[in-house]
Amino acid sequence: MAVKVFAPWDNPDEKPLIRFENVTKKFGDFVAIDNLTLDIFEREFFALLGPSGCGKTTMMRLLAGFEAPTSGKIELGGQNIVPVPPNKRAVNMMFQSYALFPHLTVWENIAFGLKREGMEKDKLNARVEQMLKLTRLERFAKRKPHQISGGQRQRVALARSLAKAPKLLLLDEPLGALDKKLREATQFELMDIQEKTGTTFVIVTHDQEEAMTVASRVAVMDEGQIIQVATPDRIYETPNSVYVADFIGDVNIVEGKAAPLEENQVRIDWAEGQPPLVCTATQPFDPGQTCYLAIRPEKVMITAERPEGADNAVQGKIHDIAYLGNISTYHVQLSNGTIIKAQSANTRRIARRSFTWEDPVWLSWTATAGVLLAR
Amino acid sequence: MRRFLLIAIPFGWLLALFLVPFFIVVKISLSDVAVSIPPYVPQFSWETGIGTFLRDLDFENFVFLTTDSLYWKSYVGSLVIAVISTFLTLLIGYPIAYGMARAPEEWRATLMMLIILPFWTSFLIRIYAWMGILSREGLLNQFLMWTGVISEPLTILNTNYAVYIGIIYAYLPFMVLPIYSALDRMDTSLIEAAEDLGCSRLTAFWLVTVPLSRNGIIAGCFLVFIPALGEFVIPSLLGGSGTLMIGKVLWEEFSSNRDWPLASAVAVVLLLILVVPIVLFQRNQQKQQEAEQ
Ligand SMILES: Nc1ncnc2c1ncn2[C@@H]1O[C@H](COP(=O)(O)OP(=O)(O)O)[C@@H](O)[C@H]1O
Ligand SMILES: [Mg+2]
Repeated sequence: MAVKVFAPWDNPDEKPLIRFENVTKKFGDFVAIDNLTLDIFEREFFALLGPSGCGKTTMMRLLAGFEAPTSGKIELGGQNIVPVPPNKRAVNMMFQSYALFPHLTVWENIAFGLKREGMEKDKLNARVEQMLKLTRLERFAKRKPHQISGGQRQRVALARSLAKAPKLLLLDEPLGALDKKLREATQFELMDIQEKTGTTFVIVTHDQEEAMTVASRVAVMDEGQIIQVATPDRIYETPNSVYVADFIGDVNIVEGKAAPLEENQVRIDWAEGQPPLVCTATQPFDPGQTCYLAIRPEKVMITAERPEGADNAVQGKIHDIAYLGNISTYHVQLSNGTIIKAQSANTRRIARRSFTWEDPVWLSWTATAGVLLAR
Repeated sequence: MRRFLLIAIPFGWLLALFLVPFFIVVKISLSDVAVSIPPYVPQFSWETGIGTFLRDLDFENFVFLTTDSLYWKSYVGSLVIAVISTFLTLLIGYPIAYGMARAPEEWRATLMMLIILPFWTSFLIRIYAWMGILSREGLLNQFLMWTGVISEPLTILNTNYAVYIGIIYAYLPFMVLPIYSALDRMDTSLIEAAEDLGCSRLTAFWLVTVPLSRNGIIAGCFLVFIPALGEFVIPSLLGGSGTLMIGKVLWEEFSSNRDWPLASAVAVVLLLILVVPIVLFQRNQQKQQEAEQ
């Protein structure tokens, strides 16, 4: 039986829930969002990833209606929502600061949006109870926000924004204030809730691990532009630029000149006295064109002897070792000074580790292990 | 030792500057008026001893306060004027405080300055200035006649209207500042959250802004109400013969009639009336401090 994969972005007939069309947002002269075009589909868990100040919050505020685009169009379910005020949009936002009403109890906070709808009492009570149960807050219903912990407050904010069953839920760095354990637990909780409710989520984060964990697709942003939109595995395996490769996870970047060989193979001449590297390219390169080989440390093998038949092999000595418990990252310095990182799992106890500082080693990887990028 | 000093200094201050004068006033209120210096008997002397002195004190003046309707009418008059002017000050002060809190960051210091600026001149002079503005030939009437809104000058000075104007003018900063500080501390994302959840601007204001500035409103109201209740300069200078305010009556008993004992009795009763709002005010302040911790 074929499992149906959730990939509406690959289906040209699918209508997007949200469509940004050449949206630009300026604050004075400053361009916060730069001519951005993007589709987000129903039931997606869409993550916006980027460094601080790249315009993630601004995009959320455009969707929620707190900012109007300077130019361009934003559609929600096919309707242009630019003129619609925030209180008339079927969109709810979970604020970066939670923005819980300090004078209301947890229960009243969750009921706030439902009361504005004029929902009748029985239905309202049932809905609030359901939200309390979903976020496991039943015991705290009567408390005020300052009487509960940071993690509980975050769940109240989530419950409050979910209560109205919006078409679209915006989460602005929702887990920023939580410690690692709680954050991971909450990430799975969020995915669970998203699956149960079928709401479309757009989540802002500057934590790449978080984006990879929860999202169906990730958009990497920089200076008001989207650099790449793809599923987490594609973003990781086939970044379209050095910026994305560098932003997501750890990576070695080797800059060189391309020399195309037969069958998509490209030879990379990159340093005097170093053997050229070979890589299978996914895009054409001109002879002599500047190119960047991006290769993840875990795809680089580290051995004492030169391995037989490796596509790429370079020699160096161990400059530094970062021990992370389950894995170690070896920083290997080549004869020309370049440092290349290689990662290997620590299957043995640390005392019996094969390599130590200053050991001469060989690094090797296959032609398909890395990605060859033009920028 | 340091602990003791820490308590002793404010306690000594309170004793010397509040409790001792208060007991002197209570003592005078229990005395009888007389043509002497000071104008009341009995005077304590070492020859006759404390026994005779205490025997001559009585509650005559307090009884008199209940017999003449002037006094209770003045107390009620003060209460009414204080309540109404507090309400009007709130009505005017809240929008000012709101405007200040929402003004661009770089303007706020200037706006705050403008609110505090009147304190740089004497209170008395500012009230005298209002006499010049409100009188029949005053600036306000001249202006209104010049614009053609009225043809006959309005009589404002020496009526209760002038008293309201004076009180609102004089105590407006005490209303604006606590409300401003409450609004300034408020996180503006709360308003956005309210709008996001379906509130219009106006309902967001009623459901979020007003409740969150509640402590500022309460503090401001007390800061206006308490001094307005005992106010005597404004009703004396701006009010007319029909303006019944207990502060004015007290002042007249004291200076024109030279009846220090009766004036003291009026003051003691006024203080007892004020104890209630002062205690409530302190409670509010305390609660607010606790909430902030
Ligand atoms: N109201 C505003 N006025 C001026 N500049 C703003 C405003 N809001 C955001 N910006 C600027 O726009 C850029 C993007 O901000 P933001 O979307 O908040 O970034 P982030 O990705 O960290 O959430 C920042 O450089 C910020 O200084
Ligand atoms: Mg942000």
